[in-house]
Amino acid sequence: MEMTLKQKLVNREGVDAIDRDLLAIIQEGLPLVSHPFAEIGRQLSLSEEEVIVRITALREQGVIKRMGVVVRHRQLGYRANAMVVWNVPDHRVDELGKRFADSHLVTLCYQRPRRGPEWPYNLFCMIHGKDRTAVMDIVERLAESTHAELLPRQVLFSKRCFKQRGANYREQPGAHHGQS
Amino acid sequence: MVAQHYSPVEQQLLNDFQHDMPLTATPYADMAKRLGVSEAEVLAMLQSFRDEGVISRIGPVLATHRVGASTLVAMAVPEVELESIADIVTAHPAVNHNYEREHRFNLWFVATAPNESRLAACITELEQATGYRAMVLPMLENYHIDLGFDLQWK
Repeated sequence: MEMTLKQKLVNREGVDAIDRDLLAIIQEGLPLVSHPFAEIGRQLSLSEEEVIVRITALREQGVIKRMGVVVRHRQLGYRANAMVVWNVPDHRVDELGKRFADSHLVTLCYQRPRRGPEWPYNLFCMIHGKDRTAVMDIVERLAESTHAELLPRQVLFSKRCFKQRGANYREQPGAHHGQS
Repeated sequence: MVAQHYSPVEQQLLNDFQHDMPLTATPYADMAKRLGVSEAEVLAMLQSFRDEGVISRIGPVLATHRVGASTLVAMAVPEVELESIADIVTAHPAVNHNYEREHRFNLWFVATAPNESRLAACITELEQATGYRAMVLPMLENYHIDLGFDLQWK
């Protein structure tokens, strides 16, 4: 029985309404009790087993990238973080993106669209360090090791964090509807 | 150094369960077994990490593009107005991360919605509420496989 439900869940495309509710709840954090999934199940009228099967399926589908302890770098002494943006020739974006991502020095690496002359940057990566000097060091090493020293880049250090929480994918009650 | 006031077990608990905690009926007991301590000790350590703000939660990190629509957005806001504009942005339910960064584009946030048309509507709402133009920078390609963050104790 359990396998059938799990296989059904893993093989389907996307997520259903129950998954969305489940994701919204677990994104607030699992309760610190012996049987956290049973407690979440109670809030959704699901069995403990179904909660575990659904989360496992979401993990295997890749909807959940990772599941566990979410540390705050700042509190652990990684006080500096910068978004480093690069203007990379289109034919080198994939190559450099992969090399940056492989370097273990970056925690995120995305290609994004350029936005005209005031924002020509198309490759973004995130770097954490103990302080600004450590971050700038990493940027230098990254550029050197990938022969990207001459590409235009900017280092945007973060100053204040106004908000940080899990994403909200549920329809907002009372939200206006887009045209369309 | 940073981690000096954490015991080896605490360091292991922080470092080793970022990616795949056990998905079992009693995950904390199973983590405890791997660390060689009791379930009660694991729960107590996690509780105090949370109270200290060292961890934000035990939970999932989502591949955002797999569930709904999301995008990074930047605004260039005059310094004097930054705080009040940031408050408006933060208050919008579609916004889940909102940071000040050192640049002419100084307000950076992530907006998420159940689908693309809702997301576009949210961006328009935010532009109208703040009076500033949003530079919308959706992800085109993800090169990074998220393995958590190696805390490199020692």
